[in-house]
Amino acid sequence: MDTALQGTVTASPAPWGRVRRSRYLADRALKVVCALFTILGAVVLGWILLMLLVEGIGGLSADVFTHTTPGPGSQGGGIANALVGSLILTTLGIVVATPIGVLAGTYLAEYGKGSKLAETIRFVNDILLAAPSILIGLFVYMLMVQPMGGYSGWAGGVALAIIAVPVIVRTTEDMLRLVPGSLREAGAALGAPMSTVIIKISWKAARAGMVTGILLATARIAGETAPLLFTALNNNFWFNPNLMGGVANLPVMIYQFALSPYENWRELAWAGALIITMSILALSIAARLILRKEKAR
Amino acid sequence: MSPIAVSASNAIGNAASADVGAPVRIAVRDLNFYYGDFCSLKNISMDFFDRQVTALIGPSGCGKSTLLRTFNRIYSLYPEQRAEGQILLDGQNVLSPSVDVNELRARVGMVFQKPTPFPMSIYDNIAFGIRLYEKLPKGELDGRVEEALRKAALWDEVKDKLRQSGMGLSGGQQQRLCIARTIAQHPEVILLDEPTSALDPISTGKIEELIEQLRSEFTIVIVTHNMQQAARISQFTAFMYLGELVEFGPTTKMFMNPSKKQTQDYITGRFG
Repeated sequence: MDTALQGTVTASPAPWGRVRRSRYLADRALKVVCALFTILGAVVLGWILLMLLVEGIGGLSADVFTHTTPGPGSQGGGIANALVGSLILTTLGIVVATPIGVLAGTYLAEYGKGSKLAETIRFVNDILLAAPSILIGLFVYMLMVQPMGGYSGWAGGVALAIIAVPVIVRTTEDMLRLVPGSLREAGAALGAPMSTVIIKISWKAARAGMVTGILLATARIAGETAPLLFTALNNNFWFNPNLMGGVANLPVMIYQFALSPYENWRELAWAGALIITMSILALSIAARLILRKEKAR
Repeated sequence: MSPIAVSASNAIGNAASADVGAPVRIAVRDLNFYYGDFCSLKNISMDFFDRQVTALIGPSGCGKSTLLRTFNRIYSLYPEQRAEGQILLDGQNVLSPSVDVNELRARVGMVFQKPTPFPMSIYDNIAFGIRLYEKLPKGELDGRVEEALRKAALWDEVKDKLRQSGMGLSGGQQQRLCIARTIAQHPEVILLDEPTSALDPISTGKIEELIEQLRSEFTIVIVTHNMQQAARISQFTAFMYLGELVEFGPTTKMFMNPSKKQTQDYITGRFG
């Protein structure tokens, strides 16, 4: 090998080893503390999941999915009415929330650049995002339950929608903001009107993230209890086909059964908790997979 | 002569010489441009000739991209930007409020610095612009897509994967896809905003060859930071500095015998 270009390496009085020991210790200490608290968080989460599995799996049987909730003190029964009720309420909530959330998020990201109105909406949306869900339950109670003369699945769906909207607005806006402006310019440069640019280019580019946001909002409202206490309440039987009156649902069922003195009810509450947790886990994993698949493209 | 000037003047022989008798396609008259209160183009008046390549050169911030972005009014996406004066495309002032910007943009195509394939298939990328203004039967649309890809010298590389995403192509291919997308609309003018600055030398070479071929059909305006590129591919060159047009003329003259000292200093690399 030609070594003509190699210079001579001279030993310089470099400051090696002069870094003070205290700095090195601080470095290590921070790392250890961070790791410890991460483990602590993971342990709590693992504990919850483990407890759910241990307590819930015994209660799981075919009956759980096929029978309605049993009367107080009786044996057997299932939570079929609560499962279907939750499915209906969550679907109702997300069907109402998705168009509102997606279109409002689109307004903020695409049309509302630098406008005072958009800034205000964004601020209010962030407040709504953090609003205690029991307040939203009370609000819908006054808005719908009182005027309509009773609890209903419709009121429950609306309460859940109000919780889902700010989540969807936020994720939609964030995802659309990630779409490079150059893509919009390129669309406009071909003579596409703004509506076409948004629908055919921006939405398409942000699709995976927007769907993920909707799935996460679904997971969020599937487990909400407080807004349903004042709206859909609960029901130990099948709901009315017109959704008027109480509609059985998992979160409120768990709340009521878990506090009951009946062994059978408490077991069903555990089974319900396990099912709802697994469903939310499945939704979250689905959301992640969609995002990952889109990124890999 | 500095090495840059030498290599730039060596490159001049490659491009066809300026056709000074060509009709004027775009006439810019007393154009001023503002970003808010800041005036970034000052009284620009110049002509762009039919089926000639005009290069806009000058240091960063001199206003060359700004000038390019007035021709299709793409700046109007941003409310704080405005242009005053006249830009006559075939005699019609494109800055007039009565001109429909979307129709204007279909006549004046633009390709950007970074390739901007849309998140859709290669076929749909090309068809996107055509579909905006023409309802064509499938067979005819297929023909237009193929024609555009052939003219952009991309057909042979993508003909078997038209249904695959345009995002999966290499940077150079993506940029040719964007050029194909633009010419598929049959525009009159093509604006190129530093189209090769994000590409490797081989891809750059292909795009330059392509520009040379497209000149027979389109009036081309290109912004470039690369002076050899301007010398290689353009017939006319405009040198801009601090929002003003310093000198404009046939590329050969601009590089061999510029009238202004500022031009001379810039192309020989003494500043900029």
